Amino acid sequence: MQRIIPTPRWMRKAVPRVFQYILLGITTILIFIPIVILLFGSVKTTGQMYSHPYSIPNPPDWTNIVNILSTPSFWGMMKNSLIVMVSTTALTVFLCALVSFVFARLEFRGKNWIFNLFTVGLMFPINVAILPVYFVLRQLEQYGINMIDSLMGVILVQTAFQLSGNIMILRGFFTAVPKELQDAAYIDGCTNFDFFWRILLPLVKPSLAAIAALIMIASWNDLLVPLVVLNSDKLWTLPLGTMQFQGQYSQDLAIISAFVALSSIPTIIFYFFAEKQIVAGLTAGAVKG
Amino acid sequence: MQSNPAQATLINPKRSGLSRKTKDRMVIILFLFPALVIFLLFVIYPIFRSVYYSTFDWKGLGEATKNIGFENYRKILIDTVFQKSVVNVVIIIVLSLVLQLPAAIILSTMVARDLPGRALFRTIFFLPYVLSEVNAAIMWMLLYNPDPERGFINGILVAMGLNTVNWLADMNIVLFAVFIVLTWKYFGFHMLLYLTGLQNIPTEIEEAARMDGANSFQNFWYITLPLLSGTIKTSVQMSVLGSIQQFILVWVMTKGGPVNASEVMATYMYRFGFVRFQFGYGSAVAIIMFLVCVIFSLLYRKLTNKPDYLTGL
Repeated sequence: MQRIIPTPRWMRKAVPRVFQYILLGITTILIFIPIVILLFGSVKTTGQMYSHPYSIPNPPDWTNIVNILSTPSFWGMMKNSLIVMVSTTALTVFLCALVSFVFARLEFRGKNWIFNLFTVGLMFPINVAILPVYFVLRQLEQYGINMIDSLMGVILVQTAFQLSGNIMILRGFFTAVPKELQDAAYIDGCTNFDFFWRILLPLVKPSLAAIAALIMIASWNDLLVPLVVLNSDKLWTLPLGTMQFQGQYSQDLAIISAFVALSSIPTIIFYFFAEKQIVAGLTAGAVKG
Repeated sequence: MQSNPAQATLINPKRSGLSRKTKDRMVIILFLFPALVIFLLFVIYPIFRSVYYSTFDWKGLGEATKNIGFENYRKILIDTVFQKSVVNVVIIIVLSLVLQLPAAIILSTMVARDLPGRALFRTIFFLPYVLSEVNAAIMWMLLYNPDPERGFINGILVAMGLNTVNWLADMNIVLFAVFIVLTWKYFGFHMLLYLTGLQNIPTEIEEAARMDGANSFQNFWYITLPLLSGTIKTSVQMSVLGSIQQFILVWVMTKGGPVNASEVMATYMYRFGFVRFQFGYGSAVAIIMFLVCVIFSLLYRKLTNKPDYLTGL
């Protein structure tokens, strides 16, 4: 066979590669600029911040970080955020697993109707619903159920608005478990509950981890629900505290940087540990949703 | 009379008393009940409550008594500030679809297949998505600081010999400045969707096209893009719904200002609901936003109801 002298293979690959890496590199830099400047700012004194606002802190000054870490209110916010995040996540995963099992595995009259009801939640996100939800919290308060200015209110509202999306995701995961497994279990005398508890749940642990990771991030980062529900500063969560702190010290960029950096670090650490779960949950959610 | 042993195992005497069917029904009720209660109370009921309040002139003190019919809706629709907020949301949607999504598709096709280090790039690009919106907003406020001595972006502009820009205080610039932050935050999410979509496309199809003489561009345009249509559909939907309900970033950075220049529907609702305590009026805004979301979702589902090439869904 006749051939024209081809471009060497490595070159055909390497030239576009270089171009790709340049483009990806620029994007990486753009993504990192805000984060890096924040981290630099967090270890500068206010004076350094004015004289060299965006250079590498030299030497790094840990005063602001130490000061924030030694205020009890910071740890109070951290604690509140943790309480809300853990409760919301546990409650949501528990409820979603129950509902998704019923939707994925059982047949009954009115199933489609109830399922469609849950899809309404997808079109009524919390950012739109916040005022209507606030009315209901106030109404519950009138009946003596303490919802406003309580972490319980934040937890229940966050849970309610996490249900729809995560039920859709989990239902997809549950449906993927082979039907034969269920038949075999029933022949062996399993009840529906046995099958759910002893066979299905252990099998779908990775899926539960995936939605748990998503819920944790959403709950930890949520500002709107705490902003509307919580009044007393003792109950503030970290994002709410961050916003108030920013308002209070808006002139002192160094201390704001330190505070924001400290409140971002838990998320970043969590992200590096749970990236796989987050990605699995998000992509499943997007495909199903 | 002796009971038949075979029958006994079938009925499973250990759990006798209830028939299988009753037990199934109990499982269904018990499993659905707690979630349904929370969902009905905090998601569905508020919709009705809000529809009711939206017909009142109610400042939140005492009970709502002054029913004014659809007056709130009329006032909202003719309010120029509300119109401005709708226009701003539309601008954000259009910019997202025209700039953000194509960029996400292009970058993800680059990283998708076999580029060494692609996992690292994915991790980096996705990082802003997991940071809280408050923190993202404050980070960018530091960058946008109008004083070139303090704000990084203006510092660079000055170093390049250009004039400084008052990013968050200039009525003509502020929406664009907000859009940059939105892109920074959500770009990685859309990229992630496309990366997953690309992974589901069998490489054989593109190989075959290449064999038939298609160049990279043709391959991308005629093969990859159509096969990605399911993902594009999702990404567009997420982008639009996300833009309609955008709140925190705007509220923290600009509060919708200056002079409503960056007002979006959610900040408009929040202002009337929680700053001015015009609960009736705010309810009507919430209902309008809800209807916009519902109408968009249903219309979009109708319009894009073409089966996906790959999954047939």
